[in-house]
Amino acid sequence: MAAPKKGRRAPASQGHPGRTLILVLIAMAGLIGGMFYSGTLTPRLGIDLAGGTSFTLAAQNQPGKPNAINETNMNTAAGIMERRVNGLGVTESEVQTQGSNHIIVNIPKGTDAKQARQQVGTTAQLGFRPVLTTTAGTKTPEPKPSPSSKGGANGKGKGDKAAGDQAKNTPGTQQNASSSPTPGSKPTTQGRAVTDSLKKAPSAKPTPSGPAKPSTPPAPTPPGGADIPPALQKQLNALDCSTKKSRAAAGEKAANTKPSDPVVACKDDGSQKYVLGPVGVEGTDVSSAKAVFDSQQGQGWIVQMDFTSEGGKKFADVTGKLASKAPPQNQFAIVLDGAVVSDPRVNERLNGGNATISGGFTQQSAEDLGNMLSYGALPLSFKIDDETTVTAALGGEQLHAGLIAGAIGLALVVIYLVAYYRGLALVALASLGVSAVLTYTIMTLLGPAIGFALNLPAVCGAIVAIGITADSFIVYFERIRDEIREGRTLRPAVERGWPRARRTILVSDFVSFLAAAVLFIVTVGKVQGFAFTLGLTTVLDVVVVFLFTKPLMTLLARRKFFSEGHSWSGLDPKRLGAKPPLRRRRGAAPTTKEA
Amino acid sequence: MSKLGTIGARLYRGEVGYDFIGKRKIWYGLSILITIVAIVGLGVRGLNMGIEFSGGAVFTTPNTSVSASEAQHKAESAAGGHQAVVQKLGGGALRIQISGLDTKQSVPVQEELAKDLNVPVKDVNTQLVGPSWGEQIANKAWLGLGIFMVLVVLYLAVAFEWRMAVAALIALIHDLTITVGIYALVGFEVTPGTVIGLLTILGYSLYDTVVVFDSLKEASKDITKQTRFTYGEIANRSINGTLVRSINTTVVALLPVAGLLFVGGGVLGAGMLNDISLALFVGLAAGAYSSIFIATPLVADLKEREPQMKALAKRVKAKRAAAAAKGEGQEDAQDGAADAADAEDDDGTAVVGPRRQPASRNRGRGRPSGKRR
Repeated sequence: MAAPKKGRRAPASQGHPGRTLILVLIAMAGLIGGMFYSGTLTPRLGIDLAGGTSFTLAAQNQPGKPNAINETNMNTAAGIMERRVNGLGVTESEVQTQGSNHIIVNIPKGTDAKQARQQVGTTAQLGFRPVLTTTAGTKTPEPKPSPSSKGGANGKGKGDKAAGDQAKNTPGTQQNASSSPTPGSKPTTQGRAVTDSLKKAPSAKPTPSGPAKPSTPPAPTPPGGADIPPALQKQLNALDCSTKKSRAAAGEKAANTKPSDPVVACKDDGSQKYVLGPVGVEGTDVSSAKAVFDSQQGQGWIVQMDFTSEGGKKFADVTGKLASKAPPQNQFAIVLDGAVVSDPRVNERLNGGNATISGGFTQQSAEDLGNMLSYGALPLSFKIDDETTVTAALGGEQLHAGLIAGAIGLALVVIYLVAYYRGLALVALASLGVSAVLTYTIMTLLGPAIGFALNLPAVCGAIVAIGITADSFIVYFERIRDEIREGRTLRPAVERGWPRARRTILVSDFVSFLAAAVLFIVTVGKVQGFAFTLGLTTVLDVVVVFLFTKPLMTLLARRKFFSEGHSWSGLDPKRLGAKPPLRRRRGAAPTTKEA
Repeated sequence: MSKLGTIGARLYRGEVGYDFIGKRKIWYGLSILITIVAIVGLGVRGLNMGIEFSGGAVFTTPNTSVSASEAQHKAESAAGGHQAVVQKLGGGALRIQISGLDTKQSVPVQEELAKDLNVPVKDVNTQLVGPSWGEQIANKAWLGLGIFMVLVVLYLAVAFEWRMAVAALIALIHDLTITVGIYALVGFEVTPGTVIGLLTILGYSLYDTVVVFDSLKEASKDITKQTRFTYGEIANRSINGTLVRSINTTVVALLPVAGLLFVGGGVLGAGMLNDISLALFVGLAAGAYSSIFIATPLVADLKEREPQMKALAKRVKAKRAAAAAKGEGQEDAQDGAADAADAEDDDGTAVVGPRRQPASRNRGRGRPSGKRR
């Protein structure tokens, strides 16, 4: 894998060792510059070393499910929260259950506490429910004559709500219509809409004005419509979606309704309220979800969901049924924790096995939602009881002791290398230094980028990495020395020793990289974090040896100090016990040999 | 140092060397013994799982002026040897987590803590906590390890050969068993740090074995085209040839870890550092040892069972017998058989001049191909 690519690069480095070195130095300078630019000069430290923030979440009793708060559900919830705050395994967040109904979430210093709060506190109970009727989001004292099936309003343009009602009928003026050359996006005129990937092309014709236009005003109008039970209608009228607080209350109520019961719910921005039928497709039917940037239809950040095969079937059935109905009953609502995030209209059966939620997302919110949907809903809903800072679990003395001990160990390594390799030790130490700078800067930059945090085990792992990195140089140096023992002079020895040393380095580093890759893909939590660090140091090892150590060796081989085998160069043929005939020749005319 | 350099050269040429392969039975025996001790230790003492795996009790005290590290000592003595994790909370309160306590056991600890910290007992809030290293993490880690083992064996079988893959796997299991066993014997608590340490060893052990195998593969490339050495002898030469590298690498890898273990953990008395660096120290040492003393001899053992290698060994034996008979006559005994002979032989051709064998045949023999270019 890496071998052929590196192999191609190596001859180039032989030709221009200086250029390669400059390249590495530029990369280093760039990383250091980036570090200063981003303003983070130290890697983020884990809870054990730096402390952080601790949340205590309390599980909420759910009406109708008295035994919901049990050990199994609590453990499942802790597992899901762990994955949400620690998706890549590198943030060093910790989640544990406490008592019978609490979960503690610890996040290291410097993590966005607000985001974390949202990540762990959101239940993310997702459901696709058919819309039975809908009306504007405020309290309805009496049945309004013309609530619209769609506000046209959305996260972006709440003010257009009223206009949207009419605008909808004239596609030209529609907010989204103008921005969508592909009519396929029309069914998504709502702020947030589900579109099926398959739908985009075929749905072109029936979409914008076909059935929707004429039927819109009348359909929702009789709010006490035939199939809406009066009780629900009353609830709908009483529902107030205008304030955040009332929406939250409504959401909680809706979230606690059984999936098989109809429910009244608010749009998450308060612009609409709905009576929704039983859940057609559940969140558990979503196999994965991710945030993507939709540049084709200009919808900005959207969340793309893939259904399980069963979920795909259900989704197709539900949309097939809905497509034949008159608005607004051809809409379905995507309900997240009791709030409607999206209410797209359906024009035909959607078989694609996937769907998207679009509109009004920032990158962050889309990623968060995708993340939550992928890892699944919490089996319980939680309330944040307490939020407090915590100090480092290990205390400063551990880090301090570790640093002192590490420094002593490193000093011993330096002494050993200098004693054994003499001049060559400079190459080894310079390479280790480059490797250290690269590792440090990359880890530091990864802090803000992906939330990477270093804990004590990772620091120890980095210390072991010194050994593995140094091994690459040692393998190479021993090869060179073997070549010199064969009677070669330094320059050919450096080039001849390289292909063999290179193979050894690549083969052995590949095993390490394999371990890192497999563990990173398969595992979760701290093991995954470890795999990330291992992979990073392994790749850096290869980079440093190929782009720094080897070119540096080539350059140094041209220096007299090394090529003449000065007794302090570590390459003195005599000391290396080169073959006797050579020793004699060398002793006679050491300088002519090089020419 | 020049002496060391010379030894390196003599090792390289095979003038001196330790007979790793010949004495393998001793080392196998030693390893089996250590492994048995490790397994028995594991069986008898078991692993002392930390709070991250087993859960425990968490005590929350009211605002106190006691520092976290002081509280930690007190908590550990109150808990009777269990490890305590102490964190200071925002309002000056302490959160003390102690592993291995259930509801009943936590009551006396709570009282003891209250006394030590000089706060009323009723203000110390006690709850049980679950593991932060949940089952899911553990299960997925096992799954990942399983997949990795399969892939690495496949890779080694393709890149090298199946015998080496088997030997590397045995060496790996050997290293991990010894480390876990010693961990059980010492009785340190297993923390996530320990697990990370074990994973590091897993990577290192394989890495080291692969480096040694790489040189073995190179040395044994054209083995059937010569009749001087059996596979075992070639393997032995190859180990000796890379011995300097093995020693240097091990020293460089072990020195910092030794610093952590003996200075950081021992002298400065840092708790968690001990856990990790002990696992690392034992594992790294075992990893370096097993590559040379276990993995390579195992490959030689497996390899010598091959009919091809058996035939080779026969040819070598026959040739040696003939040479010995001849050597007794008059010629120098160099061609006798000893490993050292080869290098001397090469030198000899250069210095002494032509001898009864064509020099070109000697030159290519027993040498890695790279040098012929």
